[in-house]
Amino acid sequence: MEALEIIQRRVARELKPLSLVNLGIGLPTGVSKFVPDEYSVFFQSENGIIGMSARPPEGMEDEDLTDAGGGFVSALPGAATIDSAISFGLIRGGHVDATVLGGLEVDENGQLANWVVPGKMVPGMGGAMDLVTGARRVLVGMQHTARGRPKIVPKCTLPLTSLRRVTLIITDLAVIEPTDDGLVLRERAPDVSVETILENTTAKLIVPDTVPEMELSIRTLEEARRATSEAA
Amino acid sequence: MKEAITPQQAAEIIPDGAVLAIGGFMGVGSPHRVIDALVEAGRKDLTVIGNDAGRPDFGIGRLVHARAVKKLIASHIGLNPESQKQMIAGEMEIDLVPQGTLAERLRAAGHGLGGVLTKTAIGTIAAEGKRIIEIDGEEWLYEPPLPADFALIHADRADYIGNLTYQLTATNFNPIMAMAAKTVICEPRVIVPIGVIPPDDVRTPGVIVDHLIARV
Repeated sequence: MEALEIIQRRVARELKPLSLVNLGIGLPTGVSKFVPDEYSVFFQSENGIIGMSARPPEGMEDEDLTDAGGGFVSALPGAATIDSAISFGLIRGGHVDATVLGGLEVDENGQLANWVVPGKMVPGMGGAMDLVTGARRVLVGMQHTARGRPKIVPKCTLPLTSLRRVTLIITDLAVIEPTDDGLVLRERAPDVSVETILENTTAKLIVPDTVPEMELSIRTLEEARRATSEAA
Repeated sequence: MKEAITPQQAAEIIPDGAVLAIGGFMGVGSPHRVIDALVEAGRKDLTVIGNDAGRPDFGIGRLVHARAVKKLIASHIGLNPESQKQMIAGEMEIDLVPQGTLAERLRAAGHGLGGVLTKTAIGTIAAEGKRIIEIDGEEWLYEPPLPADFALIHADRADYIGNLTYQLTATNFNPIMAMAAKTVICEPRVIVPIGVIPPDDVRTPGVIVDHLIARV
């Protein structure tokens, strides 16, 4: 399985039926492929829609219905469109159950840097600072390393997106949970050893006695309900 | 009754150096004909408040491409490489503001509020030089109101007195900006007779809209 699919499948298992979820542009957008329709997850796009759905058939696009990247989307029955103040009121106000974002670096404090590489890439923070500060759960989905360079580091060298500790880091190698004590290695990807994860991580990881392999199957609605109520 | 004006007439009202709040999100829901007219009129030294820098030569990106913008206040410029180029070359000043903060600063300006207290950006470089206010032991970042001279907005329908409706994700910043500017210029998709828009559907009341752009 490709790195991207591992990350997207594992992130998808974190999403609760009937929840409001914001997916960032890029890797996070692809998570929706692994979220069954019967979960009735409402995907928010911060440009002003709850209940966003896939790109319409060719020739049926509406230039007034796009995602935050300007790409054409459609809407599910029950969708709602909102202005930017309400969209970010939902985000800052704690109404968004989970946000899935990409990352450039995450550190031992669980803090995320994902919006700027000074002097090189200055796209702007868009909605990322509001999302990391305000969403109930912040899930970072990213490759474990960038061109061999570890992205989970002792201290972020890039400017932070928020002081807030993220909820979970999900990579192609591991699932890592930031806690009061530090980063805890919760799961490893199929056929990946704890040693490999440690070799590719410069941050200190707390390694429990057993580190199970990630489950990557798509949960049925019943399984998802059970798993998320147990977690709560 | 409002008089419908042409995009060219709208551009004549707007002087060089004006502060413009321009609706749209990556050009979706932007007043494209007014933007074109500003470019054709050769307006310059504009301060533009908008969600983003649009796309290359599209939306706010058209004004950036024409070098009409002295300062851009936006949350995202990543889909328009020209804006990053001008910023790095020092030709255009860019003030990056978190998207939710941008919406609330505009809203504060339009709603007569003294600013916004938010947690967003606390402790990041986006908060450098800004005031932290402590209330009952909790720290908040103070963000001032962001008013504009002109709001250039897009709407779906307008009636003859300027009541406006918006459609789908073309809504975005438009209704917020309509409240935040001294003069509001709206480019609707269609203009319909008074009474066609049910009162409950009106998102921006016509009393705050100054000019409607005539149909093509």
